[in-house]
Amino acid sequence: MKAADFEYVRVRSLAQAFQELERRGDSARILAGGQSLMPMLNLRLATPDCLIDIGGLTGLRDIRPEGQALHIGALVTHRQLQESELVARTVPLLAQAVPHVAHLAIRNAGTIGGSLALADPAAEYPAVALALEATLVVQGAQGERRIAAQDYFQGLYQTARRPQEILTGVEFPVAADGGRAHFSELARRRGDFAMVGLAAQCQFDGPVIARARLAYFAVSDRPVLATGAAAALQGRRPDDDALRAAQAALRADLDPASDLQCDSATRLHLAGVLLARAVEQMRQSA
Amino acid sequence: MSEARMTTHVLVNGQAIEREVPVRQHLVDFLREDLGLTGSHLGCEHGVCGACQVMIDGQVQRGCLTLAVQVDGRRVDTIEGLSDSGELAQLQQAFLAHNAFQCGYCSSGMLLTALHIVRHHRQADRETIRDLLSGNYCRCTGYQAIVDAIESVLRAGSQPASASVLAALGTKGA
Repeated sequence: MKAADFEYVRVRSLAQAFQELERRGDSARILAGGQSLMPMLNLRLATPDCLIDIGGLTGLRDIRPEGQALHIGALVTHRQLQESELVARTVPLLAQAVPHVAHLAIRNAGTIGGSLALADPAAEYPAVALALEATLVVQGAQGERRIAAQDYFQGLYQTARRPQEILTGVEFPVAADGGRAHFSELARRRGDFAMVGLAAQCQFDGPVIARARLAYFAVSDRPVLATGAAAALQGRRPDDDALRAAQAALRADLDPASDLQCDSATRLHLAGVLLARAVEQMRQSA
Repeated sequence: MSEARMTTHVLVNGQAIEREVPVRQHLVDFLREDLGLTGSHLGCEHGVCGACQVMIDGQVQRGCLTLAVQVDGRRVDTIEGLSDSGELAQLQQAFLAHNAFQCGYCSSGMLLTALHIVRHHRQADRETIRDLLSGNYCRCTGYQAIVDAIESVLRAGSQPASASVLAALGTKGA
């Protein structure tokens, strides 16, 4: 299908983008890489009156250390992330996630800001942001707000970003010594949206898991922390007993929906499979 | 309300083009209907199938997920330009030799991904080739032959196209 008619404004500055958002209200959508928005337009699932194209802005494209965090501009593409040595070294969980994002041609155009702004429940980066306690940076005419990932994702395509704000970047804490990351997802075909996915970050104290953050995606309307399973791992070595306890705890942590891809019980089972893979990888790298 | 239009300036296969287009028109409709470049195909029109792929500033992208006005000031290379320039010749010959063109609908998109692979993943094994090709659908399900063709070009390294093709065809020099 073809997109319904809309107006198109290519902005030259964030200030101009804020003006346009102010003027047009909810009827405008921000266009960045367009890899999620364009399908919605072509399928007429979205019919905005106006697209505000921020793709021509020269800023928002850098990946830079900032204190104990790595700042990533909203217009950084998946491909840039995949090729960044800095990302691989300082935020390994994110680096592991990128190859799972869609396909080559999509990764060449799509942006991290677009994914985090859309907040698709089956997307990879929201779960990574939650697992790593990232900070989302939004800006509007009134200035900048910094929002913890925990507070940012609020529901199905719902975030704490206000309609007249733009997500301009995200900050991931740099991995500490003793940190171990594991990212995996299950999809019927490579590059499809996941049936279940897991972004796991564990902090080890010697051989023992001191702290675990297990963010599941595609199991709810937003990424979900499996807090019971994490508690079951903490203070223990990544052995079979710890794994079994954590898998049992998942049943209370997650209440996945059924859909055409798979039913709730299958999702819950697969969540346990992914947890086993995470624990196995942590054991091997111990 | 009349349809919103805007002028776009784009370098298509090395040729500077200036056209007024509807802002909602995507790049492949622009290439096919306004410029007569019908080598880029439309399959799903929502980014899943890969038949519409073009190079934008040297990177493979989905033509159906790009507006014509978004490529203003940029360079677009299509299957036509990359064929005429000879950049695809070795891959095209390998596809022919391995019977990797069947109905041909996916071929232009496949060849662009294949070009990315031979440019950037010289050491790719079959699993990596399949992974990188996962965003291109072949409804004839000719994947085996397509992977064979790409692999043969990678293994042939920088040899002239003719040598590897003739070897693949089992024919003697010409």
